Amino acid sequence: MTEPFIHLRNVRKVYRKGHEEFLAISDATFDVMPGELVSLVGPSGCGKSTLLKILAGLHGHDGGEVRIGSSAHAFDPSRDVGMVFQAPLLLKWRRILDNVLLPAEILGLPMAAARERANGLLALVGLSGFEDKYPYELSGGMQQRAAIARALVHDPKLVLMDEPFGALDALTREKMNLELLRIWKESGKTIVFVTHGISEAVFLGTRVVVLTAGPARMADNFEIVLPYPRTLEMKTQERFGDYTRRIYKLLGME
Amino acid sequence: MDRLNETLPRYALAVLSHIALVVVWYLFVKLGNVPKFVMPSPVETLDALLSPNYGWWANIAVTATEIFGGYFLALAVGVALALAFTWSKVLETFFMPLLISLNMIPKVALGPLIIVWFKYGVLPNTLIAFSIALFPILLTTARGLREIEPELLDLVRGLRGSRWQLFTKIQLPGALPYIFSGMKVAAILAVAGAIVGEFLGSDKGLGYLMLQVQVTLDTPAMFMAVILITMIGVALYGMVLALERLLVVKDARLD
Ligand SMILES: Nc1ncnc2c1ncn2[C@@H]1O[C@H](COP(=O)(O)OP(=O)(O)OP(=O)(O)O)[C@@H](O)[C@H]1O
Ligand SMILES: [Mg+2]
Repeated sequence: MTEPFIHLRNVRKVYRKGHEEFLAISDATFDVMPGELVSLVGPSGCGKSTLLKILAGLHGHDGGEVRIGSSAHAFDPSRDVGMVFQAPLLLKWRRILDNVLLPAEILGLPMAAARERANGLLALVGLSGFEDKYPYELSGGMQQRAAIARALVHDPKLVLMDEPFGALDALTREKMNLELLRIWKESGKTIVFVTHGISEAVFLGTRVVVLTAGPARMADNFEIVLPYPRTLEMKTQERFGDYTRRIYKLLGME
Repeated sequence: MDRLNETLPRYALAVLSHIALVVVWYLFVKLGNVPKFVMPSPVETLDALLSPNYGWWANIAVTATEIFGGYFLALAVGVALALAFTWSKVLETFFMPLLISLNMIPKVALGPLIIVWFKYGVLPNTLIAFSIALFPILLTTARGLREIEPELLDLVRGLRGSRWQLFTKIQLPGALPYIFSGMKVAAILAVAGAIVGEFLGSDKGLGYLMLQVQVTLDTPAMFMAVILITMIGVALYGMVLALERLLVVKDARLD
C-alpha cells in the first residue's frame, strides 16, 4: 500500500475577524493518493475554497492534521502547488507565453528551460500558435487552457482547481473535461478539483469527496469505478447514474 | 494593410470635422454680417497671427512652460505619493483622507494666495496648474495600485512571491491604465489652471495677452490666443494618448 500524498484528519478552520469567530470547516478527513484526481463537491459556501487554500499553504488550520507529501514524494508548498481558479486571471498586458511563464519568473527558475517547457505545455493544452497573442484575443475556454498551462509551468506535484470550468458554456465545459483528463494522464499530477457540477465530478474523478453544508463535514468519500480513458458515452451508463444520484441524495437534492 | 484601411478614414474624418467647423464659422460671420469686434472671421483671426505686435512666440513659450511644467510636476509628485501609499499603510491612512479633503478646495481659489506668496510670473502659474492637475493623477494611481484581484494575490503568495515581485509584475503594470486615465483628466485641468493663473496676475503668456487686447476690443487677437491655448492643450493630450497606446495593451485601456 502506497502512502497517501495528501492526508487530512479532522481538519478544522476558523476565520477570525476581531473578536468574531466563524467556523468555516468543522471536520475534513480524507486521503488523496499520488496521481489521483479527486473531485470535491459540496453546497456553496461550505468551505471548499477554504480547504484548497489550506492545501496551498495560504491559510493555516485550527485543528486536526494536514500532511502533504510522502517519503517518496517530498512536498515544498511554494514550488509544488499549481492553482487554477474560476476566472483565468491572465495578466492583460502579457502575451500568453509570458503569462504562462509568470510562476517560473516568481520562483526564479532558469528561464530558457522554463520557456521551452511553457511552449510544450501550450501545445499540451492545445494553444500552439497562440504564444504571442494577448489574453483578449482568446476565447474564455482558451484563456482557461492558458491558465492551466500556467499552473503546470513550474512542474508542481499538486494542482488545485477551484471550479475552473464554472464560467464556461456547457459544450466548452464538456470538451475541457476531456482535455483535462488527457492533460492529467500525460502529466501524472495529483489534482484536487472543486466543482458544483455533479456529473462533472463523477466524470473526472478517481474519487469524489462530498462535503456537507458549511461548516463542512464529511458527507461521503467514494471511489468512482469507471475505467479511463473516460468517454462521454459513459455518462449514459447505469453506474454513472448511480454515482450522480448518490451525490444528489447527499446534498439533499432528491 | 488592414490597419491602414481601418485607421486612414478615421483620421481623414477627424480632419474633416475640424475643417467643417472652420467653414461653418466662416459662413456664419460672412452671411450674418457679424461685426469683427464681436466675432472675426477665420481669415481675420489668422491675420492677427501674422502681426508682430503680439509677440506670439514668446507668449506661447511662457504659457506652454506653465502648462507642461505644472503637468509633469503633478505627474511626478502624484505617482510618487501614490506609490508611497501602497508601500506604507500608515502613510496612506494618515494622508489619504486629508488629501481627499484638500481635493475639495477649489484650486482656482488658491490662485490669489499663490500669487501673494510667489509674486506673479511663470512660477505661481505653474504651481496653480500643478495643484489642480495633481489630484486626479494621485487618486486614480492610488486606486489602480490598490485594485488587484484577491485570487491573483493568492497565486503570487502561493508561490511565496516577494512584495517587490507582486509590485513590479502585477500592481504597477495593472495600475498603468488608471494612471493614464488620471493623466487625461489632469491634462485638461492643467491648461485651465495655467490660464486662470495668467488672468489673476502675470506679465506674459497667452492669458495675459488676452486681457491686454480685450481693452481695445481686439477680438481677432483674443480668438487667436484661445486657439493657440487650445493647441497647446491638444499637443499635451495627444502626447498622453500616444504614450498610452505605446504602453497599455488595447484591452486594458480604461477610456
Ligand atoms: N477570508 C475570509 N474571512 C472570513 N470568512 C471567510 C473568508 N473566506 C471565506 N469565508 C467564509 O467561509 C465560508 C466558506 O467559504 P468558501 O469560500 O471556502 O466556500 P466555498 O465552498 O468555496 O463556496 P463556493 O462554492 O460558493 O465557492 C463562507 O461562509 C465564507 O463566507
Ligand atoms: Mg469557492
